[in-house]
Amino acid sequence: MILDVASWLLLLAGGFFVFAGGLGALRMPDFYTRAHASGLTDSMGTILILSGVALQAGFSLAGLKLFTILAFLLLTSPTATYALANAAYFAGLRPLLPPLSAETDDRKTR
Amino acid sequence: MITLFAVFLLTLLVITAFGIVRAQNLFVAVMLAGIFSLQMAAIFFILDAADVALTEAAVGAGISTVLFLGALALTVDEERPRPSARFLPLVVVAITTLAVIYATFEKPRLGDPNAPVHMHVAPWYLENTPTLIDIPNVVTAVLASFRGYDTFGEVFVIFTAGIGVMFVLGTPWSRLNADDVPSAETHGLRHHLIPRVVGRLLVPFIVLFGLYVQFHGEYGPGGGFQAGALIAAGIILYALLDGEAAALRAVPASWLAAMVAIGPLIYGAVGLAGIVLGGRFLDYSVLATDPVAGQHWGILLIEAGVGITVTGVMVSVFHAFAARASMR
Repeated sequence: MILDVASWLLLLAGGFFVFAGGLGALRMPDFYTRAHASGLTDSMGTILILSGVALQAGFSLAGLKLFTILAFLLLTSPTATYALANAAYFAGLRPLLPPLSAETDDRKTR
Repeated sequence: MITLFAVFLLTLLVITAFGIVRAQNLFVAVMLAGIFSLQMAAIFFILDAADVALTEAAVGAGISTVLFLGALALTVDEERPRPSARFLPLVVVAITTLAVIYATFEKPRLGDPNAPVHMHVAPWYLENTPTLIDIPNVVTAVLASFRGYDTFGEVFVIFTAGIGVMFVLGTPWSRLNADDVPSAETHGLRHHLIPRVVGRLLVPFIVLFGLYVQFHGEYGPGGGFQAGALIAAGIILYALLDGEAAALRAVPASWLAAMVAIGPLIYGAVGLAGIVLGGRFLDYSVLATDPVAGQHWGILLIEAGVGITVTGVMVSVFHAFAARASMR
């Protein structure tokens, strides 16, 4: 019973993050902020959803498999997001906002 | 619930297909084609075709995307603007679509036990696999033993395709030399720390999983084709991270050339061994004193041959594209 409630909470929270990621990917103004938003989906979203499912599976082979999938996803998806953003920056796509250091420099000189 | 998933995935599939046709930028089209394959793999999985799903995910979404990108590096990014829309192709597509839709009216329901496909030889395979071959995965039994001739042909198709690509691109194995291709300082991802560290961490796991799929093919989904694609993906990832030269030092071109030929050789040798030991071509039952053990040996050997050839061909083709790109 407690396990069921806990896994429901985790699944709902995960669903919220996936939804937020999807919303952000559609609504954010430029590529980098979109990549940031969709990064939510495959970091926080997967952690929560997979732990929610793992609670249901318990200490079994399926639970171990879910844990392994989680470990690999935690390694690969942030790397993929980083590689995507890095490739875009290399290709010459600049963020909408100027770099942070330039802004602070402006304030100092003012 | 499953039907809902299937309908959702099929809808996405249609949208992706339209996206591929409409995309002017070839890079976008290649990425969409990868997504298409992944959706296709999910649909195969819903249809309980785990072996096909594994192949589609490894080959369609993985390797062929990389090979397409390699081909794109040799050509232009944008599709050439076509002359105004022609009438004839539209008519042909419309007629074909209508014919296919008409054909679906006669199609049996999904999972119908009275469907023609389930009335032909399939029941015989399902009934006799436990006694004749005794492995849990009937797909492997059909592929490797009952229909061994077909798979022999497939191995030769891959072998011929590999040789064909190498010579069309003008990069036979003798020209793939670790010293000739650009080193990792200029190519590869040497300056990109995070992808390199994570990628290198993953390469051994990918190859290990490939070996698992190779030798577990008799018990679960998998086999030589999937395993070959996975191991090749591991080697190609290494080449992308550390450069062509490092990958060619790890798996030299002479090995690759040998691997391409080994598969058909092993397969043919197992077939001939059947004749020599008093059976028929590709009859594994005579390979050991116990016919069932002979079947196991035969399947193990020919699956190993398939895996080696698929790995060799895929890695060779990748190197061929890469070498061609750096030759210009």
